[in-house]
Formats: sequence, C-alpha cells, structure tokens
Amino acid sequence: MSKPLKQIHLAAHFPGVNNTTVWSDPQSGSQTDFASFVHLAQTAERGKFDFFFLAEGLRLREHRGQVFDLDVVGRPDSLTVLAALAAVTNRIGLAATLNTTFNEPYELARQFASLDLLSNGRAAWNAVTSPDAFTGENFRRGGFLDRSLRYDRAGEFITAARTLWDSWADDAVVADAERGVFVADESITTFHHRSDEFAISGELNVPRSPQGWTVQIQAGDSDGGRELAAQQTDVIFSRHSGYADGQAFYTDVKRRLATYGRSPDDLKIIPAAVAFLGDTEQDAIDKARHIRLQQVSPQGAIAFLEQVWGRDLSAYDPDGPLPAVDPDTSGTSSITRGRVRHEQDSLSVANKWRQIAEQKQLSIRELIIEVTTRSAFVGTPRQVAETINRYVQDDAADGYIFVPHITPHGLDEFVDKVVPELQEMGVFRTDYEGTTLRDHLGLRRPPSPVSTAGSARLARSAS
Amino acid sequence: MTLHIGISLDGAGQHPAAWREPDANAANLFGADRLVALACEAERGLLDFVTLSDSFDLQRDGEAHVRGRLDALLALARVAPVTTSIGLVPTVTTTHTEPFHVSKNIATLDFVSLGRAGWMVDISITEAEARHFGRRSPAPLDDLYAEAAEAIDVVGQLWDSWEDDAVIRDVPTGRYLDRDKVHYTNFEGRFFSVRGPSITPRSPQGQALVVVEARDQHGLGLGIAHADVIVVHVADLDAALAVREQVRAVSDATVLASIDVLLGETTAAAMATRARLDGVAASSPGALDFVGTAQDFVDLAAAWSAAGVVDGFLVRPALTPHTITQFVDTVVPALQTRGLFRTAYESPTLRGLFGLGRPANQFAPA
Repeated sequence: MSKPLKQIHLAAHFPGVNNTTVWSDPQSGSQTDFASFVHLAQTAERGKFDFFFLAEGLRLREHRGQVFDLDVVGRPDSLTVLAALAAVTNRIGLAATLNTTFNEPYELARQFASLDLLSNGRAAWNAVTSPDAFTGENFRRGGFLDRSLRYDRAGEFITAARTLWDSWADDAVVADAERGVFVADESITTFHHRSDEFAISGELNVPRSPQGWTVQIQAGDSDGGRELAAQQTDVIFSRHSGYADGQAFYTDVKRRLATYGRSPDDLKIIPAAVAFLGDTEQDAIDKARHIRLQQVSPQGAIAFLEQVWGRDLSAYDPDGPLPAVDPDTSGTSSITRGRVRHEQDSLSVANKWRQIAEQKQLSIRELIIEVTTRSAFVGTPRQVAETINRYVQDDAADGYIFVPHITPHGLDEFVDKVVPELQEMGVFRTDYEGTTLRDHLGLRRPPSPVSTAGSARLARSAS
Repeated sequence: MTLHIGISLDGAGQHPAAWREPDANAANLFGADRLVALACEAERGLLDFVTLSDSFDLQRDGEAHVRGRLDALLALARVAPVTTSIGLVPTVTTTHTEPFHVSKNIATLDFVSLGRAGWMVDISITEAEARHFGRRSPAPLDDLYAEAAEAIDVVGQLWDSWEDDAVIRDVPTGRYLDRDKVHYTNFEGRFFSVRGPSITPRSPQGQALVVVEARDQHGLGLGIAHADVIVVHVADLDAALAVREQVRAVSDATVLASIDVLLGETTAAAMATRARLDGVAASSPGALDFVGTAQDFVDLAAAWSAAGVVDGFLVRPALTPHTITQFVDTVVPALQTRGLFRTAYESPTLRGLFGLGRPANQFAPA
C-alpha cells in the first residue's frame, strides 16, 4: 500500500560571507585557509553527503558607500578550491557557483570539464546571474546586461556549454599507438552556437568528461527561474526549507518538468537549511537562540535596519525601540550594494516591522532576529532526523543543503549524530554506491551525440 | 651558484611521438593520477617548479598527435595538496580572460599550495581562439602584449588589495574587517578598468611568482618589464649572453633557458632513441635541443652557469614520465655532486626558492 521510502539527498554549504556565519565565536576558524575547506569537505564525505557546495561573489559588498565590515568577507576562487579538494576526497560531489554574466561559455565549459576529469566525475555547477553595474565595475564589459535579460543569458550560456561538451565523442581518447591515432578526427566535431548573447564556433580543446555534462544546479525562484530550472537543471537549491512552502514549491516545479519531456526524478529539489542540535529539545532551542544572537550583532542589527530605512541609523540603540522616523523613500539606489535583495516597498516593510515589534515588545536587535529567522530543524539528533525524513517523504524536498554557522567544525555534530539516525531509518546511504555525482543523485548520464566509427569499433572488440 | 630548474609536464612529453611509448600511459593524459605522479617525481628531484602550458586552441596537427588539454591552473590545483615543496606554475592567458578572475584564481592556487603558486603569462593570438569567444577580432601582437602588461599590473594590484591584517574580528565594535585595509584598485588602462578590491584576501606569498616566456622580442620586453623569471629561447652561449645583457640592463629577473631534453645511458643510445622517435613522428625541437647523457647535461649546465649567462633551465622532457625519472635519478645527483643544485628544499614558498622575500604591500603605508 505504501510507496517505497524516498532516499534523502544531503549536501554541505561552506559557511558564506554574510551574517549567518558566526565569526565572533572562539571556535570560528579561517574562512580562507585551505585547511578549513578540507575539514568541511572531508566531514561531509565522512557523512556520505552528495556534494560540497561553494558560493560566489564578485564584488565586496558596500554599505553607505563603504566596504561592509560587519560580516565575514573574502573568499578564494571556487573552482580552484574544488580542484584541490578533489585530491583529498574520493566520492563527494564538488559544486561551484559561477556567474553567467561575467564569464564566457568556452572558458567555463572547459573549466568544468577539467574539474570533472580531475575529480573522476564529481563536478557540479550552480549557475547564477548578476545583472548589476556595481559588480560589472570589476570586469571588461562593465554592467552590460539589462536585468530583464539575465535569465535569457543564463539559459543560452548553459545551452552553449552543453553544445561544447557534446562536441566530443564519449571515450574519444583512444591513444592507439599501433594505429597512431590519439583522438580520431571524427571524434571531435565543430561546434556552433548562435543566440542573442553569443555567437561562437570552433572546437573545444578538452575531452568529454566522465559525467558528460556537469551536474547543473540553480537557485532561481521567480517564475522565469523555475521554468529555466524545469528545462535545464538537475538540482534546485531553493530557499523553501519549511514544510508548507517546501511542498508548494516542490509541486509547482515538478509539474513543470513534463513540458520538457522530463520525469520528476530528473530534477532534485534541495533547499538550503540549518539545523540546531541539542541533548534535549530545550537544549537545542537554547542553542539556537544563542547562535541567532551571535549572528545578529548589535551593529549588524542597525546595519540591517538601515537597508530598509535607507538612512544612517547609527545613533539608535540596538537594544532600544525602532526609529520613529520613516524610511527615506526618495533615494533611487539602495544603501547597500552587492547584496541580493528582494525588492519591496520599504515603507510597508517598516510598518509591518513596527507592528511586530509593538505586538511582541521587541528591541531593534530582537526584531531583526525575529524577521530574519528562517525555518530551521531544531531538536535532538533523532528529532531532527525524523523531521527531515518526514519533510522529504511528504515531498517538501528531496533533501537539504546544510549551511553550518561556523567554519570549519560547524558540520561535525550533524554528521556524527544526525546522519547515523537517517541511516538507521533506512533513508540515507551508508556508503556511496556509485563514483560520480550523477550516480549519487540518481541522474542519468547524457550520452554524447557524437558517435564515431573509431569508438564503435572499439566497443565491438571489447564485447 | 646553484641552478634553478623547472620542468614542463605538458602532454606526454615534448616529442610528438612521446604518447606512443609503451610506458607513456597516454590514455590517462586527462586524469589526475598521471599528472600527480609526474609532479611527485619532479618534487623527488627537488626541482624548483613544474609548468603546465595552456591555450584556448585545439592542437591542429592531426589525429596522430596529442589533442586536448586540461585547464592548467585547475590541473595544478589538483596537484597542490599531494605535493609539499615544488612550485606550481600554470599558464594563464590574458587575451580572452578577465584580470579579476585571473587574479583570484592564481591567489587561490597560492592558498591551496600554501605559497607555491606562479603565473606563466601568455597571450592568445589565433583567430580560432577569438571565434571561441566571439567577442573580439584577433588583435596585433603589439596590442596583445600591451594588454598582457596591463593584466600583470592590475592582477598584482588586486593581489595587494587586501593588506595582510585586514581581517580583525573585533568583537567590541562588531567589525570583522578593517575596511581601511582593503583598497580599491581603480585601475584604468587602455584595455580594461578594474575597480577592485579583490574578493580574495592576500595570499601566502603576497605576490605569486610571475614568469614570462620570451619566445620573441615582444615576450622579452614583457618579461623584462614585468616578470620575476624570464624563460629565454636561445640556441647557444653567445645568444644567451646577448639576451642576458639585455635583461640585466634594466631588470634583476632570474633568467632560465628553455631546453628540450632527451637522455640516454650513452650519447649514442640517446641519439638512437631520438632517431627512432623522429621516425615515428617528425619533431620540431626548440632553440636549445639537448640529446645526450646525464654527464653531458651537467657539463652543459656547468658551462652555462660558469659563463653567467643563465640562472638555470626550464626543462622540456622528451618523454614523460620516462625522461623526468631519468633526470631525477641521474642528472640531479650529478649536479648536486658538482655543487650546482640544492640537496634539500630551502624554502616552503616558490618565491623563497628564487631568493625572493614576501613583498611589501603596495597599498600599505610605508
């Protein structure tokens, strides 16, 4: 009567450059030392996670015209770190966030194919868009892309990359010394891609990699983003980690797949999530409260408020009430630049916040904690495992990307305590079954459309 | 004076027939294991660095030759955690790339190798490469080298755009960063402008070792103006001397001669191997084409060193792994016996191996 249990997918997100990463704790280590990346990736691999995920930012955030100084900031290049991590891990997937606005398909397709070759099939690409002129000031073309075109370019970029990856035959490198053929001529085809954003042609100079196509991840949440994901994406990294919103998102995205001839299993929905663990439920709640206080410092609370108010609020007491003055709605540009903002009317946000603060008698800092707290898994390891499993079995998600709040030990407890519970429940692998990330995610490997007389010959002789 | 020696890990070796040798393991040319084994072998020989060349072009000499290449920087990043002392010098081109990306990528190679990153600067000249990007037409060489010079400038500025002590983690004021210690580059050049600062903090070496190959006068000019190490292509002592003087007049860069190397137990055996390989595929040797015994190599190196024309060599082994292993087992000990090569790594950083300290930050107050 009951359908078989879904297997849960787990991923780990290296703590990001924002206020969810706690730097003030004595246990907080370096955000840039390679050893921190090694520890987190190896911990995730010890927990048999599907993949390890790195985010991206291409310009330091600014607040009131200066580099924002309250949050963790600065990070190494994702692809380079992941290529190095391939040396100290064996199975875990390696996911890099790379921008489609300030990169070009040939270079990026080549880098991902290289990472996939160097890691024996573990590369994943979270494609993001960045339309703003602010970031563009670090690049040749400046802010060249109209905001409305950013998903068009992303879609064309991914299509172009796949055209490049498909231009070589699978197993093209025969290195047949006797015949004197390293790669047969017919194993490499000329690629052509012409679209609004790109007009490129020629030959890719790296062989097709173990996964054929790098696993494609995307985070878009708008209607356009969801449609693009349904069409092209293997994994959605969503913000909907709650139960009800998770189910709504899950249903909406999965129903779109049929249009593109894809089945629900072809796209995994893996929201970002946090877990707070304790020996008892109360202990976990207390810990969560403590960590939230660390994440929202007094100064950080004021800065957060300033983003909505658009004014200098440095004279206000973070432990005091909200400003009586209204937000400055005259300004055309945001007080904060380089941060993803969901555009809203600041006056109505301010009024909503005032209501909440009044109702619950909250100070500025308490209010910011209240309004920035996302749903989280809080409880004993058993409770958290049961909740995660319930959410996944009820189709609120296919699994979760956990974002630890501290580098580099923030994932240790989850792996030591929650993973064994999930394994005991029979909903999470006790060891990797395949070698590639596509294997871990249950995704098919796209075969190359280029088939060659040479490789066909080899296939026959091998059988 | 002891020599500096780098070695190229390109393809299956310098000789076009190299991939067809029985021990070449050429089917695995695009996997990590073969590359790691080569780098470890070079490190066993205490060599200064390994290089891996790169380009956005596909080799065009047909199916009897190696075609395809890994992204060089990512390939050497893969090597970094499984080596401890040897320098890692990938080619990263400047024509179709973004200086901002180049800067953080090399800085990150420096982080993951704990201070062993170098940058072999190169340009993209072909029309094929331009078509792969579809953004610009092939430009004259003058412009491409001028652009490379700008790229080196701005990349160096981005490497310095964070002072070493920019991260302060000051709990009382809530500040993670001292914003006065991160700097806008505000670079405005002929070819690009880059506002900065980098998103990557200053790396272990501060500035990675900049290497330029002087294949012609353009390259030599770029090297003299911008490189820590210049790799020259000269056929003999006289030519080396001429280049050396040109460099020394304005730069204290280290000068290495590019040298193709094929080793044999006897000179005749080496020549026979070469003839056999040439019979399989015609070679196109570089300016300095060495075929001989380990002792012959040491004699040449000693003579060039004594004449003061070079500080060392960038070895292009005919066959990999074969020639690298021969080099490490026979040439290195012979050089050591003559006092011409180190007997242990004397520094944990690549700059250190070249006698360069960690440079002061150009943005920091003196």
